[in-house]
Amino acid sequence: MSAEPSPQSPWQAATITRIEKRTPRVTSFWFQPSRPFTHLAGQHVDVRLTAPDGYQARRSYSIASAPEAGAAVELAIERLDDGEVSPFFHDVAAVGDEIELRGPLGGHFIWEESDGGPILLIGGGSGVVPLMAMARHRTLRNAAVPVALVFSARVWDEVIFRDELIGLDDRLDGFSLVLTLTREQARRPSDYSRRVDARMMAQAIERLPKAPRLAYVCGSNAFVSAAAQALIDADVPAGIIRTERYGV
Amino acid sequence: MVTRGFFSGRRPPSDTDARIPPGQYLEQGFPVLSAGPTPRVRTEDWSFTLKQGPKPIKKWNWAEFNALPQSKMTRDIHCVTAWTKFNTPWQGIMIDDILADAGIEPPTAYTLALSFDGYSTNVPTKDLVTGKAMVALLYEGKPITPDHGGPARLLVPHLYFWKSAKWVNGLQFTERDEPGFWELRGYHMYGDPWREQRYSSDP
Repeated sequence: MSAEPSPQSPWQAATITRIEKRTPRVTSFWFQPSRPFTHLAGQHVDVRLTAPDGYQARRSYSIASAPEAGAAVELAIERLDDGEVSPFFHDVAAVGDEIELRGPLGGHFIWEESDGGPILLIGGGSGVVPLMAMARHRTLRNAAVPVALVFSARVWDEVIFRDELIGLDDRLDGFSLVLTLTREQARRPSDYSRRVDARMMAQAIERLPKAPRLAYVCGSNAFVSAAAQALIDADVPAGIIRTERYGV
Repeated sequence: MVTRGFFSGRRPPSDTDARIPPGQYLEQGFPVLSAGPTPRVRTEDWSFTLKQGPKPIKKWNWAEFNALPQSKMTRDIHCVTAWTKFNTPWQGIMIDDILADAGIEPPTAYTLALSFDGYSTNVPTKDLVTGKAMVALLYEGKPITPDHGGPARLLVPHLYFWKSAKWVNGLQFTERDEPGFWELRGYHMYGDPWREQRYSSDP
């Protein structure tokens, strides 16, 4: 298990260099830090907003971009209607704005090529973001590590990074994408239309040449609890499962 | 640095302001965070061990542990992921009472809390005694659910909540301040929310 203490990471200004809508509820923002850093796939940054009266709000966001993708880090931010930070990004933030950020942070939910595989990635909704960084890292490194990504979304149009993920799947280079839609029929013959369960996990594992060395699960608490239990029911050892939970 | 266009925010009511540490927001729910799957620990398999280094001092099973004097603590808790929750009511065994039952004074200045899933976290011994911390068995009067650390979790409410180890099964007194799971992964050795000691680089 990797155990790398985070480097010194004080708050710094970062400039928004690009904004791209990914789905109706998720938009990607690219932040160019004033002091660039190299992250590991799966790490997050903290973002801090400051009002004129000094009030501050901070949140953690996983990095979607691969470490090899350049100094600007991509954060894919889901709009939470009752949130106080995500509506700011969706409604107010513009290219050229400076935002305070600190990172990279996190030393557990990370994957590097040298950690090996096969790896099983299970993401629910915006929980796919740190897994996307891992998939992109693998691709940019031309790594042969076998990967199966199970991505659960409510509907087809909420599949974040959909075209890119299907493109990775089509390369047939050891990356396998399993989509499951919980509120719509599957669009691809190999995909599912139900919540994740042990049988789906077992079938995802069958796409790998041998049993996974590591499994990463990210999403809401309810999703992570269900997916981790499904993995255990599919005989994946608890000790190889790493989880990251968003929100309540 | 003032953020352009950020005015509103979710300011806490002014009468609660003083109870919310810097960088935290008030949460009404009770979010769940952990590094791995939720272990299902049956109380018949449960035990709690006090150790000095590798050497066991005393071990309790579930019934023996529950027979120790129980206390209540209602406290505000602060998670490093920036939520603060007010008035969380816990019941369990004060660390003072565990030590008294073992018939010992704290033997060293540092402690590692150990958990069933292999998790560990370090806390200075002085932050566990004199009424500051307990091994909690009940939350809101009911057994703690597995996702919140049941059957038993450490409760050290004055430090960031990752120090309040879920699924706790022992305390190990150590000669040195030895980092635990998150402390080896970039988080602060002490974790005082009022000094915003989130990450290892924080003063």
